[in-house]
Amino acid sequence: MSYIAILITFIFINNFILVQFLGLCPFIGVSKNSENAIGMGASVTFVTTVASVVTWAIYYYLLVPFNLQYLQTLSFILVIASLVQLLEMVIQKISPPLYKALGIFLPLITTNCAVLGIAIINITSGYNVMEAFTAGLAAGLGFTLAIVLMSNIRERLDLVPVRKAFRGMPIAFVSAGLMALAFMAFDKALITNLHLV
Amino acid sequence: MKGNHMKELTKGFFEQNPVFIVVLGLCPVLGVSTQVSNAIGMSAGVFFVLLFSNIIISLLRKVIPASIHIPAYIVVIASLVTVTEMVMHAFVPAVYSALGVYLPLIVVNCIILGRAEAFASKNTPLDSALDAIGMSIGFAMGITLIAFIRELFGSGTITLFPVGGFSGVINIPWFYDNPVRVMALAPGALLLMGYLKAFFDWKSSRKKGK
Repeated sequence: MSYIAILITFIFINNFILVQFLGLCPFIGVSKNSENAIGMGASVTFVTTVASVVTWAIYYYLLVPFNLQYLQTLSFILVIASLVQLLEMVIQKISPPLYKALGIFLPLITTNCAVLGIAIINITSGYNVMEAFTAGLAAGLGFTLAIVLMSNIRERLDLVPVRKAFRGMPIAFVSAGLMALAFMAFDKALITNLHLV
Repeated sequence: MKGNHMKELTKGFFEQNPVFIVVLGLCPVLGVSTQVSNAIGMSAGVFFVLLFSNIIISLLRKVIPASIHIPAYIVVIASLVTVTEMVMHAFVPAVYSALGVYLPLIVVNCIILGRAEAFASKNTPLDSALDAIGMSIGFAMGITLIAFIRELFGSGTITLFPVGGFSGVINIPWFYDNPVRVMALAPGALLLMGYLKAFFDWKSSRKKGK
């Protein structure tokens, strides 16, 4: 698959939140205002991209040579947890303003299904390192797109009357469902029609 | 004393139902709930991991230093998930492949880490085991309810496990000819979750009003 095809697949066709439901907890939890949503999206994109490359290297240079593929889940989650810690420290040192913007979101990302999800999907899809990098970036961008759109919808929902039972989370789910309906327009046929395969 | 144990067990069923009241661990709930059999498989995986992680973490609660408790919990949970993956791969390969990426993702399921952090790290192994059993039953009820509604309306069938001559698929007469396809797809899961959550919020607010 070409890199553009991978980008389109993970941003639109298999959008992590709206189609695969990976990373729903922060999607519902942090999407109340758009500033936080952008911060969360940027942090997730950063971590999925770096984690994709690192877990890919761990798998092919450490687990495969020693025949330890069954340790995939265990090693990936440990690598991701330490990676997030490391990134937090590095960002704090290098760029305090960036740390101020992303800092509160980074600890939450370890347990974000999207990060472990993309690491495992990269392996099961048999991507090479550049494809894994692209997939990680695209998955993060897709997450950002969905969470930013959602935060805009929820900011507007605050201003309109909503039935009491639907206030808060239920209406957020229903809105997400309607968004997912719109995203169904992006079909796998898009890739073939654009001659990207 | 006895009453307390019962309460640890039953609070996960309705009062603190992990799916509808606390709303944790939604990725697998929505991701695999296209068929009832997948929902049961996922419930079994969550039950095994949650039960043993709660017991182990509760036993180790005085040994694990506070500063590294989260990584320690993750190691325990990830090892249990790896065991679950291998067992499912060996004995129920059909369920294993249907659950796909969501099976290893039990590691980052907020329910399990949440119970370890909020309950097992402060309570005795017995209470933690009861808590795990109750929460798993609550989770199983939630995911099975969603899968049942989605499969009934989305494809007009109920898929269970094949036993002997029974293929495991039950066709529901009228629904089978008039499926609402969207229910089986991603938007249906989110819409259904929204409506069910609204229903349960409405029920619990009425209970409080009384």
